[in-house]
Amino acid sequence: MTPRLFILAALVLAVLLSAVNVAYARHSHRQAYIELSRLQKARDAFNIEFRRLQTEQATVSETNRIVGIATEKLGMHFPLENETMVVQP
Amino acid sequence: MKPQTRASMPRTRLLLITGALLLCAGAVVARAAYMQLVTEEFYQSRGNERFLREVTIATTRGMITDRNGEALALSSPVESIVVNPQVLLTDTRNIPKLARVLEMPVDELTRRLAQKHDKQFMYVRRHMNPDDAKAVLDLAIPGVRSEREFRRFYPHREVMAHVVGFTNLDEHGVEGMELAFDQWLTGEPGNQKVILDRDRRIVENVDLIRPARNGKDLTLSIDRRIQYLAYSELKKSIKDNDARAGTAVVIEVKTGEVLAMVNYPSYNPNSRLAISPSLRRNAAVTDVLEPGSTMKPFTVAAALEDGIDPNMLIPTGPGKYYVAGRPISDTHDYGPVDMRRLLVKSSNIAAAKLAAMMTSGHMYDVLDRFGFGERTQSGFPGESAAVLSAPNKWGPVEKATISYGYGLSVTPLQLAQAYAALANGGVMVDTTFVKGGSTGRHKAIDPAISSQVLHMLEAVTETGGTATRAAIKGYRVAGKTGTSRRAVAGGYEKRYISVFAGVVPVDNPRFAMVVVVHEPSNGSYYGGLVSAPVFHNVMDGALRLMDVPPDNIEQWYASTPAAAPALATDSADEQPPDDGVMP
Repeated sequence: MTPRLFILAALVLAVLLSAVNVAYARHSHRQAYIELSRLQKARDAFNIEFRRLQTEQATVSETNRIVGIATEKLGMHFPLENETMVVQP
Repeated sequence: MKPQTRASMPRTRLLLITGALLLCAGAVVARAAYMQLVTEEFYQSRGNERFLREVTIATTRGMITDRNGEALALSSPVESIVVNPQVLLTDTRNIPKLARVLEMPVDELTRRLAQKHDKQFMYVRRHMNPDDAKAVLDLAIPGVRSEREFRRFYPHREVMAHVVGFTNLDEHGVEGMELAFDQWLTGEPGNQKVILDRDRRIVENVDLIRPARNGKDLTLSIDRRIQYLAYSELKKSIKDNDARAGTAVVIEVKTGEVLAMVNYPSYNPNSRLAISPSLRRNAAVTDVLEPGSTMKPFTVAAALEDGIDPNMLIPTGPGKYYVAGRPISDTHDYGPVDMRRLLVKSSNIAAAKLAAMMTSGHMYDVLDRFGFGERTQSGFPGESAAVLSAPNKWGPVEKATISYGYGLSVTPLQLAQAYAALANGGVMVDTTFVKGGSTGRHKAIDPAISSQVLHMLEAVTETGGTATRAAIKGYRVAGKTGTSRRAVAGGYEKRYISVFAGVVPVDNPRFAMVVVVHEPSNGSYYGGLVSAPVFHNVMDGALRLMDVPPDNIEQWYASTPAAAPALATDSADEQPPDDGVMP
């Protein structure tokens, strides 16, 4: 085997390896991209869910409703003046 | 010769044919090379046009919250049903099916489709509940798909409507803070390149041209609890007094932040029905009124700045006084009054006489420093410019009337801002609707003068004053009532506006509040009887909510602890209050 032939063989091998690598990189890019899209979709879905929950929370914590429940259901009222005590430090 | 000819003939033919073929091949190669090398870009772009699309990345609109992070406006996801009329119309049997699930008359849908038969995009119904939209998509009708959109939702409805405002169907601000901060809330939609299939579904994202920037959240200075309290108390007062409308504004004195701003009647911003413009208007910043007697503290402040002795006695007898032939009158003859008594009894004559001692230029200068006659720095859309004419146009009559609050106009917000400046040691802090968003401050008057005026105003809410109903147990309250008549072309109507402006606690003022009630019509119309109780109820709650320590503990101790429910004993009931109604 002449050194020339050896170099040629090595180069051919390198080209083959690089080709396989390119294919692999392209494949893993696709995989990663699919994963990214999946996570983005999940994120969007969570955001949407979060917005829905925020809306729900806002509806439930609406002051009118709280006042209604406090006064009617629980019989609460604002402390009258003679029910308040001043504590001096 | 003949055989030679025979032999050479095929050879020539061969050459001819080969030549022709080579020429053809050459032409094909040349054409291919031309397409590939020279006009490649053109064909590539034409090709890409078939499947590559630039699509916008939608952004979500920011949330509006109150100062404590409670949501006041938020976008919730909804689905909009979109059809491709070209596809849908190929099979007309689908139209009744679609109409049924959308609960829409068939002929209406047919008519709308017919109008857009050559288009590829049409909204059939916007902003549906996602579950209802799914029922539509489950029918799998070709040409029907849904698009996710967001719809603005206002959990506090009427209470917040005027401040927050609302958006249109495309989520762009139309009124209030939604309009003022539209850009901030909207963000910037992005762009991306995608590959689409023939149903316009995205197959692959190719390139991100510009990332989307979501709308930012906006924290208002409004306190939801005080706002609610102000709304319900205002509403109650308007119902009790058979009034037409009302406004209340609460400002945090030190920061210039608007803690509450309510108008009644209000509207529900979630409603998609057309809301009448008169209801949409935020009267607290768009409607002007004559401040009436609530102006007198500023006349007094101007007099003090001019070096007039506060103990100087001004004769007001016999309750009538003529300026350039025009009568000014008080409801009673108060005799000689000092400045404190001027404010407590709200004497128009004394105010006019004080004004007569000053130059118009000086009075204008003081009023100008308190922000009268110009817009506030709040940036609220549609704010009215108040009217205060230039001092060189004031005659003696104008000067006298301005001294007790007529002949100039202010918005409730401006009046509240002026009182806040009085309470803040004479420093005017620009009002703002955004938490911590005040942009500037300037000195309106010397702190010694502002504190002097404030202490005089304290007597207004004490026994014998015009606004005993504004008094809050345990706190020292300074305030001023006002009753003005509605100005109409050519004079004044017999309809009243009851105003109360107040500050609490006097020792270290925290809140300035203005209450305006228009046209109370079942008996009482004095500011001290109609508006002052609203001030009392709202401030009582606000002081508790914001943990403001009482500055008048002695009063608390003085009252017997085991007393029967101390229903504020109102001396106002016995004595006729008067707050200088203009005759």
